[in-house]
Amino acid sequence: MPEMLSLSNDPILFIAVMLTKILSVFIVVVLIVAYATYAERKIIGRMQTRLGPTMTGPLGLLQPIADGLKLFFKEDIIPSQASKVAFVLAPMMILVPAFITVGVIPFGGDIVIRGYTVPLQIADLNVGILYIIAMAGLGVYGIVLAGWSSNNKYSLIGGVRAAAQVISYELAAGLSIVAVFMLAETLSLRGIVEAQSGSILNWYVFSQPLAFCLFFITSIAEINRTPFDLPEAETELVSGFCTEYSSMKYALFFMAEYANMVVIAALISTLFLGGPAGPFPGVINILIKVFGFMFIFIWMRATFPRVRYDQLMFMGWKVFLPLALLNIVITGVVIIL
Amino acid sequence: MAIKETMTVNMGPQHPSTHGVLQLILELDGETVVKAVPHVGFLHRGVEKLTEYRSYHKALPLTDRLDYLAPMSNNLGYVLAVEKLLGITDAIPQRAKVIRVMMAEVTRIKSHLVWLATHALDIGAMTVFLYCFREREMIMDLYEKISGARMTSNYFRVGGLSLDLPAGFEQDVKAFIDSMPGHIETYEGLLSGNAIWKRRTIGVGHISAADAIDIGLTGPALRCSGVDWDLRRDNPYSGYEEYDFKVITREKGDTYDRYTARLDEMRESCKIIQQCLDRLEDGPILADVPWVCLPPKKDVLNSIEALIHQFKIVTEGFKPEPGEIYQGIEAPKGELGYYMISDGSANPYRMKVRPPSFVNLQALPQMIEGALLADVIATIGTLDIVLGEIDR
Amino acid sequence: MSQAVVAKLKQEYPAAVVDVVEHRGETTVTVQKEDIVAVCTYLKNEAGYNFLCDLCGVDYLGIEPRFMVVYNLYNIATKERLRVKAAVAEQSCCIDTVSGVWATANWHERECWDMFGIRFNNHPDLRRILMPADWVGHPLRKDYPLQGPDRQPYQGRLS
Repeated sequence: MPEMLSLSNDPILFIAVMLTKILSVFIVVVLIVAYATYAERKIIGRMQTRLGPTMTGPLGLLQPIADGLKLFFKEDIIPSQASKVAFVLAPMMILVPAFITVGVIPFGGDIVIRGYTVPLQIADLNVGILYIIAMAGLGVYGIVLAGWSSNNKYSLIGGVRAAAQVISYELAAGLSIVAVFMLAETLSLRGIVEAQSGSILNWYVFSQPLAFCLFFITSIAEINRTPFDLPEAETELVSGFCTEYSSMKYALFFMAEYANMVVIAALISTLFLGGPAGPFPGVINILIKVFGFMFIFIWMRATFPRVRYDQLMFMGWKVFLPLALLNIVITGVVIIL
Repeated sequence: MAIKETMTVNMGPQHPSTHGVLQLILELDGETVVKAVPHVGFLHRGVEKLTEYRSYHKALPLTDRLDYLAPMSNNLGYVLAVEKLLGITDAIPQRAKVIRVMMAEVTRIKSHLVWLATHALDIGAMTVFLYCFREREMIMDLYEKISGARMTSNYFRVGGLSLDLPAGFEQDVKAFIDSMPGHIETYEGLLSGNAIWKRRTIGVGHISAADAIDIGLTGPALRCSGVDWDLRRDNPYSGYEEYDFKVITREKGDTYDRYTARLDEMRESCKIIQQCLDRLEDGPILADVPWVCLPPKKDVLNSIEALIHQFKIVTEGFKPEPGEIYQGIEAPKGELGYYMISDGSANPYRMKVRPPSFVNLQALPQMIEGALLADVIATIGTLDIVLGEIDR
Repeated sequence: MSQAVVAKLKQEYPAAVVDVVEHRGETTVTVQKEDIVAVCTYLKNEAGYNFLCDLCGVDYLGIEPRFMVVYNLYNIATKERLRVKAAVAEQSCCIDTVSGVWATANWHERECWDMFGIRFNNHPDLRRILMPADWVGHPLRKDYPLQGPDRQPYQGRLS
């Protein structure tokens, strides 16, 4: 095994490789985000006996670009009663954590460049999972700020709902993956992927099915997707926290939502489905898994009604949290035995 | 002592799930509704005033615009009321009666489809919305074939119908009612067993039978509180007594009950339509009452007497003898009543519409106070209101 | 059936019943407006007319008393209808509310006040319902112009 590439042994190559990785990951994520909107419209359209976008370019493939352009040229309205700094800051505070979370997700195995090993991961933090949970926690500040600073009652309700929802589901989500790193004995995502390597049966989805289900459901709640899209429930709160937003700021919320979907899909694939493991080259494997999960998210949106606020809280605190704790206890007992 | 502050939220008249221009002033304590005050009237067009300045025939198109989701039911109520005022109820030919019943039931399905679509969308199940509108489109096509218009049909006439059925219409209706039970099963498959749907609807918007009668609820909303009352059976009109159908009732009076009951009502409507198709015989479609009904178009083009006849009715109208009547029908949303007064002139002296939505909406505050914000949406949906009818 | 009810009503309130009319099989009872709550309570509790279908005003311009308030009642058990009317003069344009008898009368009476300017004494919430709160006039009165106040009457299409 050749030496790991680092800043000390070949600084120029290291920086070049790092920039390449960051840029390519960023571009890929942005592209996925853009085309996730297209995919969502197409898939839901087909499920609802519609066609989805067809007019912009072949098969409507230029639709995300047209949407982006349109939003870019829209008037940027800041309500006169809004708290301006927070109002401008909020969309960025949602988008940035969503994007930088991608940094710790391994998207392939190691490759060798000029005699050095290069991991296909931007940063291999030894506290990778904690980092992701922390970033997810930061994202909610954006929603709360957006809801509060708009000076709109619907937005405020949306923001408060988001705060309560994310806090309670973060607990259950965090606790449900405790069992995973109890098994892997590391917090590094790379380490978790390595612990699942070898056979498909080593994937934690088989040894931790309960944790998988819990994390899947609570993650959907954390990224405010249907059926847990209460903060922006358009039929109750008229889009909730983003009611007052327009133009690019609105687009940032939208991008953040889809970026979060990508991150969560990648995270579930990494934690439970062996990350880049699979029959194809690593990057393709993880993309397949990510797309699979995103399809399920979209499918759920087409199928499920929205839960009610009290039911959401009930499920979070009285169902998912005890189940996650129970799962930790069982895992612990099994490990000790 | 802790100070409890409430937040006043102005819901509507521009809000995606108030089904039009309903305004609700909600007082919220957190997410709980403390007080709800509905405000209506944003769509007031003065239909009742306008009818006083039109002859009976010319007031008919105004009724299309009351409950624009069920235009033929409104037409039916109006023509029955005028016929009763004229005293020509018995002169209506059998074929016209059967077609009226058939189209009224088609309209019931149409109205219930829009209700289900918007109700499901309000609760967040958006696929059902498009499925329902797909089936509604079939009904729109039927409407277009029979009357030329997709929504404001204006098809019935005082004394009968404006036109006979177009060729092949029976087959189209037959194809529609054959496909409908399968579609209803699709909706049920998406909603009835869905745990989230059940938790959002069971026990929500509850109203007891005594309260429902007191506040004047009618239609499915009343029947689901356990009151077995359907004007089609209890005060039959247009020959409903000849048809065999079940009146759907439920006991619990909550949103889920109203949901299942309306689905069952659609099935019953399909059965009635089938019976109508079986009964359809050739015959006249307009009563033989020359001082009320227009002559056939063919005669108008060929004979001077028929032309004069038509001219007299179009310009002068007809003059019912003075008196007053009330005609209630079972519209999709509840009892649609027309209270008409004639003073012996060619215009109605007074026409009062008793719109079911208007009265049903009155029950909203007592159904949602103490419930959560999301329940408000579910309850508005389940009451099945149309603002065109409330505001008139 | 409704004749029997009317006969009993006459017996019970001989002074209240002014007139009974039959038209097209429907019975209309005109009563004194002072007795309207008593009559309605009697009809609801004793005669079983537990459902108020409709309540509306009628303007008989040129006839004294000018207004009529019309109550269309329904008996759910026997499926009978009955119409009760009470005349209201223009000078004392008010009548007692029946919203204590049937809660549904609340909005109907608001509409009647809005459209005809008939006040309902003791009504819990007598506001305009269809017209804006600051509207002047009562549109369904016969002397209210169709096109609205301060506007030329519609002359027909000029083209």
